[in-house]
Amino acid sequence: MTNTEQIKVATKASSASASREVVIEIDNLQISFGNLEVLKNTSLKLFNGENLVLLGKSGSGKSVLIKCIVRLMQQDSGTIQVFNKNVATLNRIELSELREKIGFLFQSGALYDSMTVKQNLEFPLRRLKKNLTEQQIKEKVGEVLENVGLADALDKMPSELSGGMRKRISLARTIIVDPMIMLYDEPTTGLDPVTSHEISNLILDVQKKYKTSSIIITHDIKCALITADRLLMLNDGEIYKEGTIKDFETSSDPLIQSFFV
Amino acid sequence: MKKVNTIIKIKDFSKGQSKKLKATVIAKTEKASNFLTDVADVFLFMTQIVKETFSRNFEFREFLNQCYQIGYKTLPLIAVTGTIMGLVLTIQSRPILVDFGAVTMLPGMVVISLLREIGPVITALICAGKIGSGMGAELGSMKVSEQIDAMEVSSTNPIRFLVVTRVLAATIMIPLLVLYADVFGILGSWAGVNIKGEVTLVLFFSQAFSHVEFFDFLPAVVKSFFFGTVIGFVGCYKGYNAGRGTESVGVAANSAVVQASLMVIIVDLIAVQIIDMLL
Repeated sequence: MTNTEQIKVATKASSASASREVVIEIDNLQISFGNLEVLKNTSLKLFNGENLVLLGKSGSGKSVLIKCIVRLMQQDSGTIQVFNKNVATLNRIELSELREKIGFLFQSGALYDSMTVKQNLEFPLRRLKKNLTEQQIKEKVGEVLENVGLADALDKMPSELSGGMRKRISLARTIIVDPMIMLYDEPTTGLDPVTSHEISNLILDVQKKYKTSSIIITHDIKCALITADRLLMLNDGEIYKEGTIKDFETSSDPLIQSFFV
Repeated sequence: MKKVNTIIKIKDFSKGQSKKLKATVIAKTEKASNFLTDVADVFLFMTQIVKETFSRNFEFREFLNQCYQIGYKTLPLIAVTGTIMGLVLTIQSRPILVDFGAVTMLPGMVVISLLREIGPVITALICAGKIGSGMGAELGSMKVSEQIDAMEVSSTNPIRFLVVTRVLAATIMIPLLVLYADVFGILGSWAGVNIKGEVTLVLFFSQAFSHVEFFDFLPAVVKSFFFGTVIGFVGCYKGYNAGRGTESVGVAANSAVVQASLMVIIVDLIAVQIIDMLL
């Protein structure tokens, strides 16, 4: 059994033992830009401790969907409940409290260019965990850098990092505040196969270590196979298919098969 | 038959004309609607800045960082420009004053011009180019690379962290840069006077400041604050509202410079009218 498989079995065992508590519930979500309907009556649930992979072609509305979860975008209709709170009706303080529980890994990494790696990592920590001492902040920064395997990158600028390193640091910045939910927006896009594999494993490590529930948006089937507990395919703004990896692998649907080629 | 054909032609022509008219009306309405939307966006942005300026958790550290970036890093440019301004103004004015036999008025005339108008306006225009474009490009690229979204997700208000700090830093630092430019302008003028004569610095200062009153100085400083606010606001607005593509970063930087420069001139015009009415 490979290392990845061992981690996955262990993670799945812990997920199974966790209650099937719903952490995110999306109901009949609709969003359009002008005449273009990006999401049409999309509904899904994310259960506690699971990794839900959202598959779909570019432009199928995947990123829009997770941006609505943290209210970076507003839906036209439908509801999004996170920890039983309707995201659309939260005031600024409530929204801020909710965002503290959600980690968002952006497609581009979104590291602050004008700050060093250390300052990037300290940025959310100083704002969200205000009671931490300087020593605790230092320890926490060291710990997350160790977890993503980049302990020596502390004083580097984002421009000095490779694509894979940027993703790792970005992941470190996201997990530093101990989020309960992780939203990954195409975590392996633009990376070579080896680094993609490492990032996919890192997602599993994060799930195991931080007990997170995650939505992983990808069109990289290898990443999906490594990380997914459950798969969901979006096509033309609608849920096209939902199931396990096995359901998808054995499906004769040409659209689904096209992802596995 | 010929008559019927003519009627059909007229009908077709009028149909074509009405379609053209309809398209024109739609285009004009869209333009007007876009303009109103833009105006509303500007006011909304302004309201957000004012609200966040007086909110708790002011980002003092970032404000100091921006003061350093805007103020300290612009000092060499302002020193060179100020010196050249004073020097050129003196060299250009000298022949006319010599013709009128009023060469002793030269220091006073140049210093008043520098303090009242040339110092503040030229400094503001240079800052519109350097600082305005910098803000437009920086915030624009932050928008494109989702850094502003990342900030928002980290429960940090990007308006408070990025915009308020920059606008306030520009508002405070640009008047100081204007004073700095004035000092170098005066020294440049002294150098200019000494090209074709010999005047000590003390004599130059006594000749220059015997004509200067407090009200030559105060309105210029006051309008410099407005120049700073306008440059900071336009730079941040253009960058913060940049589109999603990389092309929009260039557009944001470019339009920040153009519009900030234009606004500096307009504010100057209004300030001159007000000063003229008050004094």
